[in-house]
Amino acid sequence: MKKISVPQRNHWLARFQQSTHHGDALWSVLIIFASLILLALVIGIGWMLWQQSAEARIKFGWSFVLPTSNSTWDPDSGVFQAWAFVYGTLITSLLAILLAIPISVGIAIFLAELCPEAIRLPLNWMIELLAAIPSVVYGLWGIFIFLPKVVVPVGEGLATVFGQVPLLNSFFTGPIPLSGSSRLAASMILTIMIIPTVTAITRDVLLAIPNTQREAAMGMGSTRWEMIWQVLLPYGLSGILGAVILGLGRALGETMAVTMVIGNSLEATNSLLKPGSTMASLLANQFKEAVSQLHTDAMLEIGLTLFVITLILNLIARFLVWQVARRTPQEARA
Amino acid sequence: METKIAVSKNVTESAESRNKMEIKNLSVFYRKFRALAEINIAVHPNRITAIIGPSGCGKSTLLRSFNRMNDLTPSAHMDGEIILDGENINASGVDVVDVRRRVGMVFQRPNPFPKSIYDNVAFGPRLYGIRRRNDLNEIVEKSLRQAALWEEVKDKLHQSGFSLSGGQQQRLCIARALAVEPEVILMDEPASALDPISTLRIEELMRDLVQDYTIIIVTHNMQQAARVSDYTAMMMIDDHRAGRMIEFNETNVIFTNPKDKRTEDYVTGRFG
Amino acid sequence: MTTTRFQELIAKNEAAHARGRRITNIVMLTITGFLTLLAIIPLFWIIGYVIYRGGSTINLDFFTQLSRPLGMTGGGVLFSIEGTIVLAILSCIFAIPPGVLAAFYVARNPNTPLGTALRFGTDVLAGVPSIVMGLFIYTLIVVPEKHYSAWAGGLALAILMLPTIVRTTEEMLKLVPHTLREASLGLGAPEWKTSLSVMFPAALNGIITGFLLAISRSIGETAPLLFTALGNEQYDIGTIIRGGIQSHQSLSAIIGRIINQPVDSLPLTLWKYAQQPYPERIDQSWGVALVLMSFVLSVEIIARLWVESRKRALQG
Repeated sequence: MKKISVPQRNHWLARFQQSTHHGDALWSVLIIFASLILLALVIGIGWMLWQQSAEARIKFGWSFVLPTSNSTWDPDSGVFQAWAFVYGTLITSLLAILLAIPISVGIAIFLAELCPEAIRLPLNWMIELLAAIPSVVYGLWGIFIFLPKVVVPVGEGLATVFGQVPLLNSFFTGPIPLSGSSRLAASMILTIMIIPTVTAITRDVLLAIPNTQREAAMGMGSTRWEMIWQVLLPYGLSGILGAVILGLGRALGETMAVTMVIGNSLEATNSLLKPGSTMASLLANQFKEAVSQLHTDAMLEIGLTLFVITLILNLIARFLVWQVARRTPQEARA
Repeated sequence: METKIAVSKNVTESAESRNKMEIKNLSVFYRKFRALAEINIAVHPNRITAIIGPSGCGKSTLLRSFNRMNDLTPSAHMDGEIILDGENINASGVDVVDVRRRVGMVFQRPNPFPKSIYDNVAFGPRLYGIRRRNDLNEIVEKSLRQAALWEEVKDKLHQSGFSLSGGQQQRLCIARALAVEPEVILMDEPASALDPISTLRIEELMRDLVQDYTIIIVTHNMQQAARVSDYTAMMMIDDHRAGRMIEFNETNVIFTNPKDKRTEDYVTGRFG
Repeated sequence: MTTTRFQELIAKNEAAHARGRRITNIVMLTITGFLTLLAIIPLFWIIGYVIYRGGSTINLDFFTQLSRPLGMTGGGVLFSIEGTIVLAILSCIFAIPPGVLAAFYVARNPNTPLGTALRFGTDVLAGVPSIVMGLFIYTLIVVPEKHYSAWAGGLALAILMLPTIVRTTEEMLKLVPHTLREASLGLGAPEWKTSLSVMFPAALNGIITGFLLAISRSIGETAPLLFTALGNEQYDIGTIIRGGIQSHQSLSAIIGRIINQPVDSLPLTLWKYAQQPYPERIDQSWGVALVLMSFVLSVEIIARLWVESRKRALQG
């Protein structure tokens, strides 16, 4: 009977293979290392912004970002107050999300509940293609087409209607510039840009609702709309809220299209019809032309502010999603 | 007594004008596929009619025809007459929303809304414009009593419907259906997802409700059909995979002296 | 038969109320269809106009020439196209290996401290505005190096791509039936071989789609490049390579020259040209928009068609 030879234990390759569990130890190290790199990036960005903006932070304190009536951003004299840009960011994004919510929810309802099978896929694609258009292209179209043809007439209309209404008129003091560059323009373009995000998530939320809910409502004699409005939307509310917050996050960070249509003025007026700036648009315009280290640091502090705001929104959105997962009604077993 | 394969004419002839619901020559198609073929059935008022048969024979499809729930499936199409109190509801121009109020439905798995117990039951009445607290309170209590659930939930009406056990949720769904005062109640295997004790409670409930309502149930449980129903309809699939009505008669006749061999095989458990 | 309270109540205004419900139903449902149409309008408007204005600017020169000073005819955006390609390649090199590896970790260990932190971190990274990413790379690399470069831009784009790559890869890996993994392990294959030779290929289709979508998005990015790649209208790879060969430079030196200087990319060029007050530049920016959109939309459409054909193949 032929002797079957046993592999030599002390051959160096065999020992290497054993000690690394046939390469798995190396593999584990590799994937853990990659994961740590990712985490390091996240922490690094926050840390870097914090560190580098130190000089500005120490010098200006909290009043850097708080509302004030005499906000100035004056690189030459070294006085930096960012409220004008914080305001610009907040008002354009909030207006954009307010406009986007009814439109997106309406579209999502159509796509999820009403759309005929034949056109469902093409319509979904088209909404997603809207999200694929690069920001600069939105800006280019904005400057030369959207602003003159749509924003200016709308702005003039708003100035006429609300210009004299007490309380609201500070937001609608006209006239809108000839070019149309204004916060209104930025909000309207942002609306178009975030509709795909909010719509897609809302549609998925609606599609995930079990059919038994629809049958229960319609079986009792509700109309389709009553079923959607009174059963489906309340059921999916947390998910829809998450979609809204994600959309808001996108709007806050949007830079190029906004820079191209907002007029890049440093004034802190309230009016939507006037040019303004956002935190992101300011960075895009001024960062490379900083006149002093303090100027650079102040802008890094703006970057930090933007980072923190979007981080907080992200956390809220995550929390909401976690809530949905916890509260998802389970079918009760008798 | 003549033996017939379709509806036993003797049962319905004299009572035809007094049938609560009737189905004449109904066929249901999903696109080109015929799921139900030439169904004829008469439903007596204030009686429980059971529809039995092996799984896949189209019992649920038939049940859902009574309140035109098949309309919710885009590819579904119904030919034939569905008659409620003498009027054909499978015609154009019929207000389906009103039909569904008059013919209510309880589903296999309890499906309460993610709202409070109170709001679940009040959902239907609110659709009809009833807003005043007193009116709603009255209706909610009445419906929950009819569903034999009031005593168990009267102190926690504002808790979520999901906080109830399975059997209680199903009774909540029944209360919800009762709140709009239907005339007919359709039940699609109402106890199949429940434990034996909850099942018996639902069956007792059915016998109580039938004094005020007409009930049609689908069940795969023959013993349940025998216990609970007054009339039984036996269905089976034919060679083209379409469901057909094999026999329809008073329950005790179906179970003790069926006219069709296939019925006899099924109820004695020789198959299915 | 006495009427019940309920019947009394609804009898009071039944007809009017029922009509009201019907009308509300039709009106609201129509509105949703109308809103959908409304949202599609900008899509066709933008694409249509870009084709119209850009189409009249584009000629062969556009693709093959570097930029000429104003006033001179001709000139093109070759530098921009090459810069876009170089940035795309660099960002893939930087983003794909760590992204895929990290995804392997998360897919296998989602609930360890590192796994949870990773999932959380990926979400945070996804929400960072792209201009902040540019600031980060500027401070980290451009300042110490004292010059802008393509690889700095590539790095900024890569970090923006990471969350998408990690998420998509992770999800696709999770979709692979665990029986496949167990079969491989049961045969004695080590974990790493199972992951690379069995799991990865099985999930590959979905992963590629994720890559394509991440790349198409990064091609369209401008903000992170503002402070990293800066722009360079005289960039030409052909010239670099020919010059390098003539002066007998090594391969690594040539590659170094390719990636270590500022470059333009299509969106960056578009932004710069759109702001200039010269009509020729404005026309050119429409042309750039057309080229850019064609790239981006082609990749998107290919990716979606790929997904659909895979889905249909699976359904047999």
